[in-house]
Amino acid sequence: MTFPIYDSGIASGLLSGVLFGYALEAAGFGSSRKLTAQFSLRDFAVFKVMFTAVIVAAIGLYVLRSAGVIGVNAVYIPTTFYWAILAGGALIGAGFAMGGYCPGTSVVGIASGRIDAVVFAIGMVLGTTVFAAVFDPLTSFYFAAKGPDAQTLPQLFGVPEWVVLLALVIIAAVGFRLGTIVERSRGGPLTAEEVCAPDDELDDHALRGSGRSAMHG
Amino acid sequence: MRETPKPFWSPLAAGTVLGLALLVTFVISGHGLGASGFITRLAAQSSDWVAPQATAENSYFGPFMKAGAPLMSWITWEVLGVLIGAWLGARGAGRISVKVERGPSITPTRRIGYALAGGALVGFGARMARGCTSGVGLSGSAVLAVAGFVFLIGFFAAGFAVSMMMRRMWQ
Repeated sequence: MTFPIYDSGIASGLLSGVLFGYALEAAGFGSSRKLTAQFSLRDFAVFKVMFTAVIVAAIGLYVLRSAGVIGVNAVYIPTTFYWAILAGGALIGAGFAMGGYCPGTSVVGIASGRIDAVVFAIGMVLGTTVFAAVFDPLTSFYFAAKGPDAQTLPQLFGVPEWVVLLALVIIAAVGFRLGTIVERSRGGPLTAEEVCAPDDELDDHALRGSGRSAMHG
Repeated sequence: MRETPKPFWSPLAAGTVLGLALLVTFVISGHGLGASGFITRLAAQSSDWVAPQATAENSYFGPFMKAGAPLMSWITWEVLGVLIGAWLGARGAGRISVKVERGPSITPTRRIGYALAGGALVGFGARMARGCTSGVGLSGSAVLAVAGFVFLIGFFAAGFAVSMMMRRMWQ
């Protein structure tokens, strides 16, 4: 049997989704406060979890490919459209800092009972519809500055794949250490107890929180 | 008395499980994880319910409608799975908390307004980037695609910039 098996059926989607949702929730990504605390440097979970997941999956794919379990061009690699992807990524970063979620984590927020996540999801449907409405005038920007099809970092830099993987591991290791130092100095990371507290306990947390930020800010 | 929620996993543990989930997804489906693709299909379908003619003629939504039943797609089952998996985890750990989550110095009404506006920016941005944090940022970077890292540069740069203006909402 060769992999991938290219199964995009119901069971395949449900299995991937359940694993994905369970891991995101366990990381604390159903909480808009925990997620946005990444950008105030009080909680590095977003950076740490994302980098760890990228490295685990990237090394896994490398090993499976080297062992001949999956083919060389067997998995989907997106093509870079520099301006559109940079601008879209920036809009998602801005909307994330403002609204508290990204598309995947808003689903986790909804599952965790967060009303703000439901409203965020409605906003996404509206934003998508606006995009469709103005797609025609945006078309040239959308396709501008196209890179080579399915280009990867090893191809861009002309180095073997293991060099890129090693560089990512080093960046992650340094980021983990720095992140842990910074988040602790700012009273983080946010715990489940803090972000799951009911609304009426918010004032108590506010007092404690402002006391801490006054000390460090 | 409210039960005390179980602690979140360490980022290393959660990230490892997330990476394995992503790896399993690649091995089974040949592509990575996503989320905004479902929102796109939901938006196309909603738009079709409200204004079928305009939706069919729209250059972005039109192809989805022409292909028929936009919601009958892998990404729909995956997002449904995310909802189930997250709910099982949150419920088992006592981490379900029904509320408008916000910082201490902002009213729920304002928080809701920002959630709607932020969601709209993300919805628009995800179409521009041809995917979201999961589809391009996570799955793209895992296959070492240049696109994934270009996305992450834009995402983190703008996130930090806007966050400086949003301090009051979260702290």
